[in-house]
Amino acid sequence: MIFTLHIWRQKNENTQGRFVLYEIDNINGDASFLEMLDQLNEHLITQGEDCIVFDYDCREGICGACSLVINGYPHGQKSATTTCQLYMREYKNQSELWIEPWRASSFPVIKDLTVDRSAFDRIIQSGGYISVHTGCAPEANNTLVEKYAADESFNAATCIGCGACVAVCPNASATLFVAAKITHLALLPQGQIESKNRAKKLILKMQSEGFGGCSNHRHCTRACPKDISLQNITRMNKILG
Amino acid sequence: MSQLNANEPVGPLENRWKKHVFDLALIAPQNRKKYKIIVIGTGLAGSSLCATLGQAGYKVSSFCFQDSARRAHSIAAQGGINASKNYQNDGDSVWRLFYDTIKGGDFRARESNVYRLAELSNRIIDQAVAQGVPFAREYSGYLANRSFGGTQVSRTFYAKGQTGQQLLLGAYSAMSRQVENGRVTHHARSEMLEIITINGKARGVVVRNLVTGELSTHTADCVVLCTGGYVNAYYLSTNAKGCNASATWRGFKQGAYFANPSFTQIHPTCIPPTLENQSKLTLMSESLRNDGRIWAPKQAKDCEKNPKDIKQEDRDYFLERLYPAFANLVPRDVASRAVKHICDEGRGVGIKIHGKRLGVYLDFSDVIKKIGLAQVEQKYGNLFEMYQRITDDNPYLTPMKIYPAPHYSMGGLWVDYNLMTTLDGLFAAGEANFSDHGANRLGASALMQGLADGYFILPQTIANYLARNTFDKIKPNHEKVEQALNAAKARIEQLMNAPKARHSPEYFHQKLGKILWESCGMSRQRTRLEQAIDEIEVLQLEFWQTIKVTGIDQDLNQTLERAGRVADFIELGALMCKDALNREESCGAHVRMEHLSSEGEAKRDDKNYSFVAAWAYQQQGAKLHEQYLHFEFIKPSVRNYK
Ligand SMILES: Cc1cc2nc3c(=O)[nH]c(=O)nc-3n(C[C@H](O)[C@H](O)[C@H](O)COP(=O)(O)OP(=O)(O)OC[C@H]3O[C@@H](n4cnc5c(N)ncnc54)[C@H](O)[C@@H]3O)c2cc1C
Ligand code: SF4
Ligand code: FES
Repeated sequence: MIFTLHIWRQKNENTQGRFVLYEIDNINGDASFLEMLDQLNEHLITQGEDCIVFDYDCREGICGACSLVINGYPHGQKSATTTCQLYMREYKNQSELWIEPWRASSFPVIKDLTVDRSAFDRIIQSGGYISVHTGCAPEANNTLVEKYAADESFNAATCIGCGACVAVCPNASATLFVAAKITHLALLPQGQIESKNRAKKLILKMQSEGFGGCSNHRHCTRACPKDISLQNITRMNKILG
Repeated sequence: MSQLNANEPVGPLENRWKKHVFDLALIAPQNRKKYKIIVIGTGLAGSSLCATLGQAGYKVSSFCFQDSARRAHSIAAQGGINASKNYQNDGDSVWRLFYDTIKGGDFRARESNVYRLAELSNRIIDQAVAQGVPFAREYSGYLANRSFGGTQVSRTFYAKGQTGQQLLLGAYSAMSRQVENGRVTHHARSEMLEIITINGKARGVVVRNLVTGELSTHTADCVVLCTGGYVNAYYLSTNAKGCNASATWRGFKQGAYFANPSFTQIHPTCIPPTLENQSKLTLMSESLRNDGRIWAPKQAKDCEKNPKDIKQEDRDYFLERLYPAFANLVPRDVASRAVKHICDEGRGVGIKIHGKRLGVYLDFSDVIKKIGLAQVEQKYGNLFEMYQRITDDNPYLTPMKIYPAPHYSMGGLWVDYNLMTTLDGLFAAGEANFSDHGANRLGASALMQGLADGYFILPQTIANYLARNTFDKIKPNHEKVEQALNAAKARIEQLMNAPKARHSPEYFHQKLGKILWESCGMSRQRTRLEQAIDEIEVLQLEFWQTIKVTGIDQDLNQTLERAGRVADFIELGALMCKDALNREESCGAHVRMEHLSSEGEAKRDDKNYSFVAAWAYQQQGAKLHEQYLHFEFIKPSVRNYK
């Protein structure tokens, strides 16, 4: 297959970026989107040019590192899919692809297609945990958890912290990410005690990191590669009272 | 050091760890903040360690190369974590988990270490539940278990197919709590390049900021490597792309022995490669073997057919045929070898790569008939979805295809009972050390080991080390600090400026991978290994002559990162082959073709090879130290899954 690529190149946070045009051919439909970029980078090395930088690690849709906006959609248009799980067979031969980094002021571009998402870590640090000491927990089966609650908690906990919800939101809000963490812990008896306080802390931190508020655009859940549901936001609002 | 001292306690096995903990020196709470500990890596081992040390009150500096601690490779573990809780009342016990692990490792691990691991397993589950890890539950609200990877008891705890993710998020959140209260300082996008050794003790590291390319030095009272495994040496593996051996290799060059480098595990249930330039392979969780049936066409002429058109009587359920007692649940090495054998015979299925079909079927149609689609979906839904996404095939309708892939490294830095390497003050935990899995690892036991090391063992043994040693203050311009910094600089310079720069890091990595897969995979042979060692030597020379890194070093430069890692993989690859060559027996995850029984099964040689092969770095070639293993409690038996 052949593709025309417009790829965002930016030296660093303080310089202006721009789209650069690349043509690439000989792409197998079974190649993943990132393998297609690998192939392009190999060409760039041959030509003596600096490679295009993009984040990845697991390439299995679980680490949350990969983060490309493709033709305007974070993680591409395919639902419930991370960038690393996209395959070139999903694109028409000879099509044009516009590839950019996440766009949000709280996620500054570091170089080319990589952004700084450390704000998410700082949100978790502000209270995204159960304040239990390590090393001396009580017998596990002394805490029973209703299966439904455990399953729902698990679903919320599958958020991979990729930031697509922020990238797609007109307000660059991190509400879905925050609500998922709040719900994950609040649904479990172990986490209930701190839940209101935790929710307040996380929201406050989200705001101070410069993320916007939620005004119900609902793009986040559609962009989310893990199908994190809006119900989490409803739950969070209930907890906040 | 010719005689390796493992510092193992003596006496009844059940009391060893308790007694050892009692004998270890402590540090009073008010004094802990005076000590600084460097932790490299934030997978399960590293993040659980940071959380625990931080909570105890030490000053911790942690580093990882990803953009967040939460993205460490542990996040990708799927199947589950073992513990000997015996919740299912099927006869499990600490002793049985200990026994299974020793036996699974084919009698190449130390009894004291493994018993301790089995003992601590239960507290890990308690800890994780208290942190809010949402493990699978029964309708009653109690924790659910499943049987996993060939064990005959249900001792595996799981969170769908995302157990590693949930356990890592638990440890990461506990670590984040310590970041918030100022005890842990974490540096993401930072790669350790050198270890600083002063007066024979590990006292710090040189780190490259991966965003700016800036090098910095960090000193402390001790250093812990929790940097994961090295099977990416094979290029294609199930590991995350960034997994590498550079940190442990630096440790090795500073005096830490490398143990059993050839002990690697090849996992049978991976999605077969479909491209010649594929970047990685994806594991399908082993739990699939609980219900899926593995088969290949009996005759090569059927291999191209649609599996549905192959009649029952023309299918060879080869694991069921060869190993009726364990059938599809034989250990990983037995299954992997059988699958590779079938494909080498020309009975593989799927697309041809380099002239061979690399795949056999893993079929769920019988279990779907038996328990219904909904039940199967409930159990394996996300794994099936993942498979379909990658292959474009629907496993509910057509059988999956699988092929073995490098998955885990049992080898790693040699450590004593305190998890300290032969370099004083340098500790190693998680997949980075060699300690508990012998020559083969059971499913669902790596997560257990990483967390046992981080939450429970190291916090005690590090305190002992700190309490029993004195630490001089280190000036920032100390000669050894500058030396390490200059070494890191010189190496980057060399990578950036090869005399005849021509080939990318990928080029060399793929070449190395091919050599290792063909010579040092699951079956090995003297002549092939000798040839591989020569080939790697040539490759290494070519690498330093022609490695091409574009861009500049004072920048985010992934090509440079990769080049440095590949350079280390090449050196490690040579040692893997050397170790494999030295071990004249079939053991654990691999066979030596020269050492097979008349039935073609692996033949272990306890008389001559019941030892840990610990290699010491020397400029003229690594030197072997043999640490003999003594089995006081379990009599080594011959593994027989027939
Ligand atoms: C696909 C897959 C599925 C698996 N499933 C299971 C399972 O179900 N059950 C089970 O028990 N085991 C499983 N395993 C094995 C298990 O996941 C790993 O052995 C384990 O997670 C390793 O944890 P770790 O903490 O030792 O290292 P890792 O999680 O690999 O972490 C390594 C850390 O070191 C850092 N690092 C490395 N080098 C450097 C450097 N030079 N400088 C700075 N930082 C560095 C990395 O950034 C990272 O933070 C699976 C493995 C794979 C590949
Ligand atoms: S909520 Fe979804 S989109 Fe947002 S960070 Fe989590 S996984 Fe990514
Ligand atoms: S690379 Fe890990 S989720 Fe995409």
